[in-house]
Amino acid sequence: MRSAWSAILRLDPLASLGSAALILLFLFLFLLGTDASIGDAISGFFRGAFGGRRLAYLFATLQRTALIAGMAIAVMLSFRAGLFNIGGEGQLVAGGVVAALVALSFPGPPLVVMLATIVAAMAAGAAWALLAGLLQLFAGVPLLIGSLLLNYPIRFLASYLVAHPFRDVPSGMVQSHLIASEVWLPRIPGTRLDVGILIIAAVALAAIIYSHFTVHGYRCRLNGLSPDFARISGLPTTRLTLETLAMSGAVAGLVGAIAVLGLHHRYIDGMLVQPLYAWTGVIAVLLVGMVPWAVPFSGFFFAAILTGSAGMERAAGIPKEIGFIFQAVIILIVAGRVSGKLFQPAGENSAGAGNA
Amino acid sequence: MLEIFGDQSLIESIPRFATPLLLAALGGALCERAGVFNIALEGLMLTGAFAAVAGAFFGGSSLAGLISAVVAGMAVSLIFAEFHLRRGGDAIVISIAINLLALGLTTYLLRAIFGVMGVFSDPAIAGLGKVHMPLIGAIPIIGPLINDQSPLFYIAVAAVPALQIFFMRHRLGLRIRAAGENPSGLAAGGVNPTSVKAKALLASGALCGLAGAQLSIANVNLFVEGMSAGRGWIAVVAVLLSRGRPLPLFLIVVIFGTVESLSFRVQGLGMPQQFTDMMPYAVTLFVLILLSWMHRKAR
Repeated sequence: MRSAWSAILRLDPLASLGSAALILLFLFLFLLGTDASIGDAISGFFRGAFGGRRLAYLFATLQRTALIAGMAIAVMLSFRAGLFNIGGEGQLVAGGVVAALVALSFPGPPLVVMLATIVAAMAAGAAWALLAGLLQLFAGVPLLIGSLLLNYPIRFLASYLVAHPFRDVPSGMVQSHLIASEVWLPRIPGTRLDVGILIIAAVALAAIIYSHFTVHGYRCRLNGLSPDFARISGLPTTRLTLETLAMSGAVAGLVGAIAVLGLHHRYIDGMLVQPLYAWTGVIAVLLVGMVPWAVPFSGFFFAAILTGSAGMERAAGIPKEIGFIFQAVIILIVAGRVSGKLFQPAGENSAGAGNA
Repeated sequence: MLEIFGDQSLIESIPRFATPLLLAALGGALCERAGVFNIALEGLMLTGAFAAVAGAFFGGSSLAGLISAVVAGMAVSLIFAEFHLRRGGDAIVISIAINLLALGLTTYLLRAIFGVMGVFSDPAIAGLGKVHMPLIGAIPIIGPLINDQSPLFYIAVAAVPALQIFFMRHRLGLRIRAAGENPSGLAAGGVNPTSVKAKALLASGALCGLAGAQLSIANVNLFVEGMSAGRGWIAVVAVLLSRGRPLPLFLIVVIFGTVESLSFRVQGLGMPQQFTDMMPYAVTLFVLILLSWMHRKAR
């Protein structure tokens, strides 16, 4: 926990205030650029993020928080080990499409099918991340580039699977068939939320414990901060790298399974790519300087920005894509403050510009 | 399947696919040599593609589109420079933010300005014409390759030797290399490395803007959400493989561009679109693996 506090203490309060003011100024200028009423926009934003009839929008925000925070934890596990795995999107899609296919293809008791689906999705995500790791270790393709390039083939492969062999043709959409409702993740009683958010909360807790209190977590962090020192200390750096990537990919695959079993109940082409879950997860981690316990909160923050923007669209007619602009502006302004120092070794290590 | 290699329309299409990659990769090369790890080529390109359509639509001429693409690319690279060079943000983090910003901004403006989602096409978008040269078109193979292409193709090809000479002979080119290889030496010589890096970033913004213009107002005459579709990342790969040297970069881009035009052609032969879409990325990875394997063997 000490690293977390020092990360916050390192922030000079006045400078942070300056950043916050700068962010608000930018957002205000953007709103002025639209011909909507500012009051409507702001109240629409807050109602859209936290309100609604029977708190429907708050639940939408929490739903999104689960997916964003899940992706954030996935990339955080890699980032803290100095591995610039930005292929979360591919690992997420791999998990999502495999989840849909397994849940649709295998008969059996619902609970067994559900568990098998989740395990298969995690394995698919882990495999896709491992592929990027193998490319770096044995083929000299820098992880930053390899993991990113792998996003595209899996995206097209998933699109092909639900467009041709597994397509729900009568629906007229590019999507798989609907999964039997017994296999869906159950809802939390009294809410519109599925238990996915609880699973993610458990994963977040596990990630915090793993990062701070386990030997493996410590070694991975060491490997991230100083790969040379880790190697000279006799740590099996190759194995650590692959294990970390597998873990990271498995969490991303799990998020894909939750999106399929909890939210959409089928795989729809583009459903995991269009909302930019993976990229929002990346910036949610960067915003808090990779401090594990802060990641769920930052995930909630970014989820609120996106659902709030949708509320702003309903209330004031401002296109909701403004949410992505807000996110980018925030990360630009805080980048110099939070992530600069933490990133230097990681960036040099895994970017490895000249290695290829 | 093999006969398509000799196909006239395939040869014609190679420059169309290679030009945006080449322009963006040359921009990336400037940054690479200046020691700025710019992986925001994707976002810069997307910005350029949108601005070109907006400029050509409102300005009524393709020149207005080109100018608007260059200005927009430079404006976004100025944001990069401000937050990376002046405020000290990590280049990778800033690049991710810029890519996100470009995607959000173009999608947002598409709805805010043109009131459409997904695709904007309008006959009023003034597309770039083709440069027709008499006689040259009659030469087999070479003719269709270099005749009747967009003006940006000739600019891009001419920029390759120009950039080589710039790096070797021009004062600013030498300073850019010094900023990348030995910034403190450059500072000791009385030149501010930060301002040299900012100039490289600005130039790369302009080149990526042109790359985007090639996508939106030369290859087609419309804007599609996220139409750069990962080409900026392939350009980054070309930059890394060539380490920012213009001539090897040109060869790598020609390979990637050929594969892309080939995959476009194969689509016509009944292969599902998703598989042909995959080809450029698969080939890029394959080339990366092959080169690193050869590199290891040579050592």
